[in-house]
Amino acid sequence: MTLTPLPYRVVDRRDETHDTVTLVLEPAGEALGSFAPGQFAMLYAFGVGEVPVSVSRIPGERRITHTVRAVGAVTRALCGLRTGAWLGVRGPFGTCWDLAAARGRDLLVVAGGIGIAPLRPLIDAVLAEPHAYGRLNVLAGARTPGDALYRDEFPAWERPFAAVTVDRPSDDWTGRVGVVTTLLGEARFTPAGTTAFVCGPEVMIRATARALVHRGVRPDRIRVSLERNMRCATGHCGHCQLGPLLLCRDGPVVGYDRAEPLLTVREL
Amino acid sequence: MTAQPGGPAGEGVLAALPAEHRGRLMALARDTAFPGATRIFEEGEEADRFWIIRSGTVALDVHVPGRGPAVVETVGAGGLLGWSWLCPPRLWHLGAETREPVRAWEFEAAPVRDLCAHNPALGLALVTVVAETIGDRLRATRTRLLDLYEPRGAERSGTGP
Repeated sequence: MTLTPLPYRVVDRRDETHDTVTLVLEPAGEALGSFAPGQFAMLYAFGVGEVPVSVSRIPGERRITHTVRAVGAVTRALCGLRTGAWLGVRGPFGTCWDLAAARGRDLLVVAGGIGIAPLRPLIDAVLAEPHAYGRLNVLAGARTPGDALYRDEFPAWERPFAAVTVDRPSDDWTGRVGVVTTLLGEARFTPAGTTAFVCGPEVMIRATARALVHRGVRPDRIRVSLERNMRCATGHCGHCQLGPLLLCRDGPVVGYDRAEPLLTVREL
Repeated sequence: MTAQPGGPAGEGVLAALPAEHRGRLMALARDTAFPGATRIFEEGEEADRFWIIRSGTVALDVHVPGRGPAVVETVGAGGLLGWSWLCPPRLWHLGAETREPVRAWEFEAAPVRDLCAHNPALGLALVTVVAETIGDRLRATRTRLLDLYEPRGAERSGTGP
C-alpha cells in the first residue's frame, strides 16, 4: 500500500451505460500491491480530486479495472478519461469479500445498481474455481434496463441462477420487474449452507439482509459492503466513521452481524 | 430457493404452511400450464381464483390509456399470483400476463374460503401467508418509490453503489 498516488495509464475503456464507464488501468512504472475482490483504490483525477472506487475486475498482477459512475466533478472527470490518459492511484485499501470462509457453501451475490461492480471480481474468482463452492446465484437490481451493468456476462454467471430485475421497465423489457429481493424466491440455495455477499444502496442492503435472515441465513454469513465519505483511506481522518468502525480501514466489507445495529441508528 | 430442501420448485408460499394445512389446501389444487404471452386475468374482472407459480414468470400490469399495459412487477417461481380473491370487492386490481411458459398450482377461491371457514387454524395460517406476501410487496413498492439507484449529485460512486 502506498500513501502517494502512483501514475497509472488508461489502457482500455468501455462505456457501460449513459453515465458509467469501465477503465482498465496499467502502471507507468511501479505497481500497487495486489488487490483482492472487494477492496478499493483512491483514484485521483489530476487537478480535480480523488474518490474511492472498488476494483471491478482484477485482470492480472499489474492491471486493475474500475467501473465509475459519473455523479460529481471527480467521477465525471474520471469517466471522461480516454485511452492513454493518466491518473493517480493509491491502494489497495479496505477489507475484502471473505471467499475463503465461503468455500464449499452455496453463494448468493446480491447487487443493487453499481453495487454489482465490486462484486464482479468475487464472481470471477468463484468461476475460476467452480468446484470449490456450491451453487452460485447472482441477483442484480437496476433502475432501468439501460442502467443494468454487465448484462452480457450474466449468462456465464448462471451457476445455476443469475438474473436482473429493474424498477422501471422500458416497453421492450421482457425481464423481471421489482426490487432485487423478489429474485430470492427463484434462487437456489440452502439457507443454512449459504454465504451471501451484498452491495448496493444502504436501504437495499438492509432490506436484503433482513430477507436473508428471515429465510434462515445467519447474519455472520451475510457480508455487506458499506459506503461512507472516505477521504484519507488510511483510517486517520475519520470522515468514514460508522460507530466504532472506520470504513476505509475496517470496511468496506463487514459482516451483517456487526453492521446491523449500526445501520438502524439515525446518526452516528 | 431450497428453503425446504427436496421440495418441488414453486413451493415458496406453500412451504410457509404447516404440513397438515398444506396437505388439505393442496387437495384443492389443480396443476395448470399457460403458454407464454397469455393473459391470465384483467384488471376489474372477478377474482375467483389464485395461483402458486411452480415455474416461469408472470408480469402484473396496469392499463395506461394511450400506452397500453405498463408492467409494475413480475412474480416468479414459488410466488403467489393473486390475493384479490381474499377480500371484497374480490376484483383484480391488476392485469396478469405470462412472460414465458408457466406451470402453476391453481386454486378456486370459493372452496378455499370454505375450507378456511371450517378450519380456522388453517384459515389463520393461510391468511398469514397471504398477508406476508402482501406486506412484502408493499415494502418492495415503497423501496422502489425511494428511487435508490438514482445518483444524488454527490460523489457517490465510492466503494460500491
